This record gives sequence, structure tokens and C-alpha cells, in this order.
Amino acid sequence: MPDIALSRIGKVYPGGVRALDALELHVAEGEFFALLGPSGCGKSTLLRTVAGLETPDAGSVSVGGRDVTALPPGERGLAMVFQDYALFPHMTVEENIAYPLKLRKVARRERSESAVRTAAELGLEELAARRPAQLSGGQQQRAALARAVAARPDVLLLDEPLSNLDARLRLEARTFLKKFQRELDVTTVFVTHDQAEALALADRIAVMEDGRIRQVGTPAEVFRRPTSTFVASFIGSTPMNLLPAELSEGAVLAAECRLPLPSGAQGQVEGGEGFVYGIRPEYLRWSASPLPDALAGTVSVVENLGSAQLVTMECGGRTVQVVVSEDHDPAPGEPGWAAPRSDRALLYRDGVLVGAEESRVPA
Amino acid sequence: MSGPVGALLRGVARYTLLALVLAFFALPMLWLASAPFDRNPRVTASLPEFTLENFRRLWENPNAVNSLASSVVLAVGSAVVVVTLSALAAYALSRVRIPGRDGLLYLLLLLSSIVTGTAAMVPVFLLASELGLVDSYSGVILVLSGGLLPAAIFILKDFTDTVPRSYEESARVFGASPLRVLRDVVVPVVRPGLATVGVWTVAQVWGNFLIPFLLLRSPDKSPAAVVMYTFYTEGGQPDLALISTFSLLYSLPVVLMFLFVSRRYGFRFHGGIKA
Repeated sequence: MPDIALSRIGKVYPGGVRALDALELHVAEGEFFALLGPSGCGKSTLLRTVAGLETPDAGSVSVGGRDVTALPPGERGLAMVFQDYALFPHMTVEENIAYPLKLRKVARRERSESAVRTAAELGLEELAARRPAQLSGGQQQRAALARAVAARPDVLLLDEPLSNLDARLRLEARTFLKKFQRELDVTTVFVTHDQAEALALADRIAVMEDGRIRQVGTPAEVFRRPTSTFVASFIGSTPMNLLPAELSEGAVLAAECRLPLPSGAQGQVEGGEGFVYGIRPEYLRWSASPLPDALAGTVSVVENLGSAQLVTMECGGRTVQVVVSEDHDPAPGEPGWAAPRSDRALLYRDGVLVGAEESRVPA
Repeated sequence: MSGPVGALLRGVARYTLLALVLAFFALPMLWLASAPFDRNPRVTASLPEFTLENFRRLWENPNAVNSLASSVVLAVGSAVVVVTLSALAAYALSRVRIPGRDGLLYLLLLLSSIVTGTAAMVPVFLLASELGLVDSYSGVILVLSGGLLPAAIFILKDFTDTVPRSYEESARVFGASPLRVLRDVVVPVVRPGLATVGVWTVAQVWGNFLIPFLLLRSPDKSPAAVVMYTFYTEGGQPDLALISTFSLLYSLPVVLMFLFVSRRYGFRFHGGIKA
């Protein structure tokens, strides 16, 4: 099972839109890898370049150490599941699954047996004789997966694998997909614009913006130590609080409050202005009574999240969001204090994390 | 006028009008169904003096039976040429982005209605004569196909435009060559379109009089539409018995074909990438 290496990939669309810009990426063997970014960031173009459906203007793609840049899609030893699944409407589920084997000139009987076996692995044995139009969304997705893996590809590519499913089914399919990938142990790359999906599924994530990769890391790294304010604001279901800040005497001044210097930034910076202080709402500890080294303000909105609540607080002309456990009962108009975990707080200068080159987060 | 009487009168007027219109269209059909079995058919529809004599006379006319075979050769030949070439052209035009593509299509469509029409009669004949295609089936098939192709491409391009590209890309990733993609994925999905174009071509060629009349010299090659023109009595009067009998035989294959294709393919598109 091979790895994927992309080196200096560039792609410019007619009209001068730079879709991919000298992009470097390495996906390890057996890894479940996510390409994450807002729409138009080039993530789909990148996936299609790996598949061979787009030809890069510069750079090379290699799969398992073999340079495949000039090879047509069918000779790269990979399979792809499309966002709309692209099941052939005139074939039954079984014929769909057997189609890649038919192209490889596998004997009719053998490919039929193989298709039935793969269908059974994915719980489709009852549906083998149906047409794609007679399947539900989740069943169509599994049929598309079965077709992709029936030919035992070296690499599996998934384009927005969950976006065509409704919300409840999506969660179920997510768990299924992760288990399936682990069992199959196949190098898998998928594209998504949903950060929660990327965090939940992937072993590693590449966050993209404007044809470049902004950060590559495990979900924990990307969530806890985003190396840029772009990644910080893109990852997380409640966005990170980013407050303009200045440094003096070894402490941070933000939103008219005095906060301890984030531990990752210690010894890295002198005093000065033009910093951004970042702290996730989950990493702020709420208190209804005054706390030292905390953000102080007035509660303006309380949103119930079920087992927790999202409190929006006005402090010093800035808005700060805090995730508060159900033990507290804040109400709008009341004063509140939120103490940051200094090992989770981050400091940015010019949009870049201070101390980013330093050692990774301890797990 | 109002009230129940007015409504009744309006209803009567409406149905009378409908009956007249119906009669206008139904009487010729009725004539076509009855005249072939009449010993002395006239231009009016009347209760026939039943006989199969007309069919026997037609059978003995050497050109009549031959001509139906000729019509089949011309129609099927043109249908094969038109369906094959228009499928390839429509696929290419639907998938390749070239500047002025739509303009080209409209221009072809416009020109095609002139090229095979009466206006181009003389040049078409001269061209066929230079190429040695006069009095051959292939000449007629080529000229007719040429005239029908632009419209066929136009129809089929609409069908191919609705085939999602992901179908083809999916097949390509699995290792299918472009021709394989066309054969395994695009053709089956647009099959109703191909059937439509095929049937339409057969019907057009079956009813075409001008081109075979112009290009075919030997009477034994003439198709049905041309042979019908030769059914006169010794006195120079149209032989109504033969013409009506032949008309019936002439229209039956096309009607049967429509019924068959409509049942087989239903002229519908079973697309659907998501349920």
C-alpha cells in the first residue's frame, strides 16, 4: 500500500485563476488524509490532480514512489468516489460494482462472485439486483464505495463523501466510513469543506486557502495549535476568540484585561503592539465571581448547546465567546469572568503563530 | 345567453365543431383503410365491395414489392449513418469547449434545411454525378444523411449535455478508454435519444421523394415513395386501387416501428444520479 507525494504542483485555470500554487504534500501509507478548506480553495482540484482528471501545469505526482504525473487516470492504481456517487443508472448495483473488474478483463463468473462478496461486506447483498435510482442516499454511497474498493485499489480518493447525505445519516456514515477505512487499510484522501468532518475522520488534515496549504497536522494539532489566524478561525464549530493585543511586562493586554503570556510564546517575544491573542471558547473557565488573570465582561447572549451553553460576553468593546458547563447559570446582563488555560492560549503576530516552529503539542 | 339552455347550446356547438375537425382528419384515414379492399375505389370513402384482388394485382407488379425493400435499405442505411455519426459528433460537441460552438451548430442546422431541399437540387445532382454516386443506394443515403445530421446532432447534443460528467470521469478512473466510456456509459444513458434520432431518420427517409427520384435511375432501385408516383392506368388516370393498397402497405412499417420503439424505450430518459 503506497504513499502519495506531491511536489511543487501548480495549476492555473484559463483566465489566470491560480488554483494550486507550488504545492507540496506527502500522504503516508494507510493514512486517512483530509483536504480541508473553504470552497474555491483548490482542494477539489488537488484531489482531481491526484486522480489524473486534471493535469497540473507544473510539478509531479507520485504514488508509491512511481511518478504518475503523465499517466492517464486508469493506470494510477487508484479508485475514486464522486460527490454525486456517479453510479451508472443503467446498471444494477452488482453490475456497477463489477464494472472496474470488467475493465480489467476479469472473467464474468469471477467478477460476479467478487462483486457479490464486496456488496456483502458493505451490507448491500439484498440490493444487488436493484438500480441506483431505487436506493436511498446512504445505500447509494455504500454502493459507490463497494465499486471503488472492488478492484482493490492502492489509493482511495473521496470527493465530499458525506455532503449528499442528510444530517442524521451523515453521522452514521461517518462512523461507518472511518471503520471501513481502518479495516481496508488503504491510503485514503478525502476532500471536505466541513471542519467537523475532517476532525472526526482524518488521521491528518491539510488546511488549504487560495491554492496553498496553510497547515498540515493531526486533528489535535490543527485544533489546538493552529499556526495562522486563518486556520484558527476556520477550525472549530465555535470559532476561536481572536483579540487584538499588546505585550508589556511579560503579560498580554487584550480587551482591556491583563492575561498571562501563553506558555507557547514564553521567551519568544519582547513587548510591543500588533499581536492577536487567540483562545478557544472551550478553553476558557467561567466564573460568576471575580478571577485573577481573566477576561472580565458582561453577558449579552446565552445559547443552549444541550449539555453546555455558549455564552457571548462583551468585554472592553470586544466580543468573547465562552463554552460554559451546565453547572453554571449565567443570564444576560450579569457580570462574568473567563480565565484562559494558558497552555491552550495562542499568540499571533502578522497572522502567524508565535513559536510555531517550536516543538509540537504534547498529546 | 345564460342558464342551462345556454350551457347546452354551447356544449352542442363545441362538440359539433370537434366532430367536424375529427371528420376532416379521420376521413382520409378511413379511405386508406377501406379503399384497398374495394373492387372499384373512388376518391370518396364508401362501403367497400370487399375484395383482396387489389393486393394480388400489387403483388404481381414487380416494382411495388421491390420498392418496399429499397425503402428499407435506404431508411436503415441512413439511420445507421445518422445515429453513428451524430452520436460521435454530439458527444464531442457536448464535451469539448471550442469558441463559436453554438454558432456552428445553428449555422449547420440552417444550412441543412437548404442543402437537401429543392433549392439545392441541381448542385446535389451534379455533385453526385461527379462522384459517380448517381443510381446507387450509397449516394442517396449519403445525401439524405447529410441533410439530417445537423438536426440529429442538435437533438443528441441536448441528451448528452444532461449526462453528468462524473459518470465518465468515474469510468475513466477505473481505466476505461474514451471509446469505452462512450460505449459503456454515454450510449446506454442516452439510448432514448439515439432511439428518437433513429426513428426520426427512418421516418424522414421513408417519406422522402425528391432525393431518390433525382438520384436513382433504374426503376428496380426506386423506393416506395417514388414508385407510388408511377401507378397510372393505361388511360393516364391515377390507379386508385393500386395507390390505396400500396399506401396502406407503405405506411404500416413506420407505424409498427413507432409502436415498437415507444414500447421498448418509451422515449424517456432514465437519468438520475441521486434518487
